Amino acid sequence: MEAVATTSPVEVDPGLDTADLVVPATPWVTVVWNDPVNLMSYVTFVFQQHFGYPRKKAEKLMMEVHEDGRSVVSSGTREEMERDVQAMHEYGLWATISKSE
Amino acid sequence: MTTGFARHRRSGRVIATFTGFEADLLRSLAGQLVELLRNEAAVPDEHADPLEAMFDFTGPTEEPEDPVLLRLFPTAYPDDGEAASEFRRFTEGSLRDGKANAAASVIDALEEAGLPDELAEDGLVVDVELEPTEALTWMKSFTDVRLALATRLGVEDGDEEYWHRLPDDDPRAQAHDIYEWVGYLQETLVAALQD
Repeated sequence: MEAVATTSPVEVDPGLDTADLVVPATPWVTVVWNDPVNLMSYVTFVFQQHFGYPRKKAEKLMMEVHEDGRSVVSSGTREEMERDVQAMHEYGLWATISKSE
Repeated sequence: MTTGFARHRRSGRVIATFTGFEADLLRSLAGQLVELLRNEAAVPDEHADPLEAMFDFTGPTEEPEDPVLLRLFPTAYPDDGEAASEFRRFTEGSLRDGKANAAASVIDALEEAGLPDELAEDGLVVDVELEPTEALTWMKSFTDVRLALATRLGVEDGDEEYWHRLPDDDPRAQAHDIYEWVGYLQETLVAALQD
C-alpha cells in the first residue's frame, strides 16, 4: 500500500466499528468427515498429495477423521477453503466448509 | 487373478497385469460411471455460443436427487443453503467433467493395452503401464466407482459380516465382492504411489 504524506490530521469515521478490523487471519476451515468407503491409506495419501503435509501429520489427521468422525484439515480465507473443498470432492472425500470456532 | 499395482523401479511407472475378464469388468464399471455422470441433468449445453458459455455460470444449485451423485458432489456448506447453492453452481459442472473424463481415460488405457471391444479369447492378458499422473487419475476414478457401489449397496462401517453371510448367488453379494476387489486394487495403487 502506498503511504500518502498529508498535513491534515487523519479523520476517523465515528461510525467505524473497530471489531471489524480485528478479523482473525484464518476465519474459515475445511472439515473432512468420516465415511465407510475410503481407505485409511488413501485418505492419508490425499492429505499428503493435496496439502503437501508430511506423512506423520497426514496420518494424524486421517486418524482424527476415522476415530472422531471429522477433522479440520486446513484453514484460511473462504476462497482458499472453497478450493480445498473442491479438491477434496475431486478425490472423493466428504468435505465441508465452516467458520472457524 | 491380478496381484494389483506395483511401481516399476527403473521407469517409475505403475504397472498391473489383468486377466481379460478383470479388465473387462473394470471397463464396465468405469463405463457405468461415465454414463451416470453424463446422463443426469446439469450437463452444459454444447451448442451454446462459446463466449456466452464462458460467462454463463448457470450450473446446478440444487442437491442431486440420486444418492450416488449427492455423495460424489456433497453439500459444501451444511448450514447455509444459499452458500451451498452458490458453491454447487460454480463447482459441480467441472467436478462432473473431471470425474467423467477420469473414468473415460481408464477405459481408453485398458483398450490401448489390448482389451478388445468384445471379450472373446480365453487366456487374454492385459498389461497396464501408467505414468504417475495417470495412476493418480485411476486412483480417483476407483474411488468414485467404490463410492457409487457402496452407496447403491448401503455399505456401512463394520458390516463385513453381513455381506459375507449373504448366499453366493445373491446379486448384492456379487456386487459387494466387486466393491471389495476394487478396494484391494486401490490399496495396491496407493502403496505403489507412496513408494
